[in-house]
Amino acid sequence: MSGTFIPSTIDIDNLSITLGTGSARFTAVQDFRLSVNSGELICLLGPSGCGKSTVLGALAGHLHAKGKLLVDGQMVSGPAPDRGLVFQHHTLLPWRRVEDNVGFSLKMRGVPRKKRNEEVRRLLALVGLSGFEKHWPSQLSGGMQQRVELARVLIGHPRLLLMDEPFGALDALCRVDMQALLLSIWSKLPTTIVFVTHDIDEAIFLADRILIMSERPGRIIEDIPVHLPRPRDSELVTSPEFIRIKRHCLALLNHKNGQELPRLSPIT
Amino acid sequence: MSVIIKINNTPQLRWGASLISVIICLGLWHLVAVFKLKLGFITFEYVPLPGEVVTAFLKLANGEKLLPHLSSSLQRVFLGYLLAAVAGVTLGILIGRSKLLQSFLLPPLELLRPIPAVAWIPLAILMFPSSEASMIFITFTGALFPILLNTIHGVEGIDQRLIASAKSLGASPVALLNDVVIPGAAPAIVTGLSIGMGTSWFCLVTAEMISGQWGIGYYTWESFLVQRYPDIVVGMVLIGFLGMGSSWLVRTAGNRATPWYFLRRSY
Repeated sequence: MSGTFIPSTIDIDNLSITLGTGSARFTAVQDFRLSVNSGELICLLGPSGCGKSTVLGALAGHLHAKGKLLVDGQMVSGPAPDRGLVFQHHTLLPWRRVEDNVGFSLKMRGVPRKKRNEEVRRLLALVGLSGFEKHWPSQLSGGMQQRVELARVLIGHPRLLLMDEPFGALDALCRVDMQALLLSIWSKLPTTIVFVTHDIDEAIFLADRILIMSERPGRIIEDIPVHLPRPRDSELVTSPEFIRIKRHCLALLNHKNGQELPRLSPIT
Repeated sequence: MSVIIKINNTPQLRWGASLISVIICLGLWHLVAVFKLKLGFITFEYVPLPGEVVTAFLKLANGEKLLPHLSSSLQRVFLGYLLAAVAGVTLGILIGRSKLLQSFLLPPLELLRPIPAVAWIPLAILMFPSSEASMIFITFTGALFPILLNTIHGVEGIDQRLIASAKSLGASPVALLNDVVIPGAAPAIVTGLSIGMGTSWFCLVTAEMISGQWGIGYYTWESFLVQRYPDIVVGMVLIGFLGMGSSWLVRTAGNRATPWYFLRRSY
């Protein structure tokens, strides 16, 4: 599998997405443009309610969108296992043990249990949760649940990983651990990642490129390359280059001070 | 040295409380029946004594009629309930998953729902050539609606993100049903099945009014007609115990099938 594995490319142009029905109908994203190279890790950064999650939902194939929305040169027409999706709150099946949750996509592909469990053990080791195979999701902490979620998405070797504020609900220390874990996994299992966040530090720490979005209807207003060396560690956060990018991001995000729109979840 | 005896909420104490409650109820029953209490709007003149009921039960238990009565009733309730469980869960899943099917199927069902079992008797006799089938039909109507409504409620309550996520992981429509929708609705379905078991027994006396010879419901009704008053209460208590026992069985089996539902968060 690894011989032919090529991470996804994304090509979005003139994309607009309308959400809601009747009088509550509104344009969440308008004339959106984005292109992502194979194997790139980009962060979509923007104020709450700007349509970041909406773009992600469309890439995952859960939302209907107008315009050009190509992944690997193909129009997105529905959800698919090679486009993995991770939400802010885990979506593990409460009625399946950790091993059956992680092995879910393999089971859907008809992989026999023995082979499936080998892969599950390998992925759980990768996210640092060896030995938790037989636990129920509700027996784990929030951070552990997100690790399981990550393992479950990664087991299918997605060529594109879509992450919607995946660490947003975790406490600060746990979040920093998870960011480091994500980078370490990404270095071992290269894939294209679109990471949505409103945390500037998180975006700079992770991304090859930060795309700043305007307020609703969301468009990309700036494309900031992050040329910080990899592998990255927490000391980076105090480096001059990091601070410079952070200042720039803050300036862009603050130009309309405090006008935060309520967060709109496209998939409710 | 001081010894603190914690008497709060020990299992023995709670069992004791339940036992005392039963004894008090039996005692009150005995008193109002012995004194043939008449309050104008209610009279206990013809109510049998607890002791008479026990004697009547022993007589029934020592005779040869208890077993055929029980087995006829169990068979009817079991068949009616089984059909209701299959129909209720299937329809509930369909209605819960599709707004279109909901608009199509729910109005007639909502109209049928408030009709009490006893109102079905004439039509049931006319519709079914065998009285056995009409009795099964009546226990079926009793169990159907709690099962159906709880299933719909359970299916509609499933977190949509779980469905989106399972689709992203490659779940086919069949897998989505088996791995997400049915387990997600399972706790509500178990509740419905357990309530439905009770309501199925609830309709038994009504159903067995049609019966010619056998059944606990028939026995109860016949005892009234021939004025064997203690036997009425024997029949009532038997139905109560059978209903309680079978509901408990359904609930226990259901809880076994949904182990994740009773986990305490342990972190």
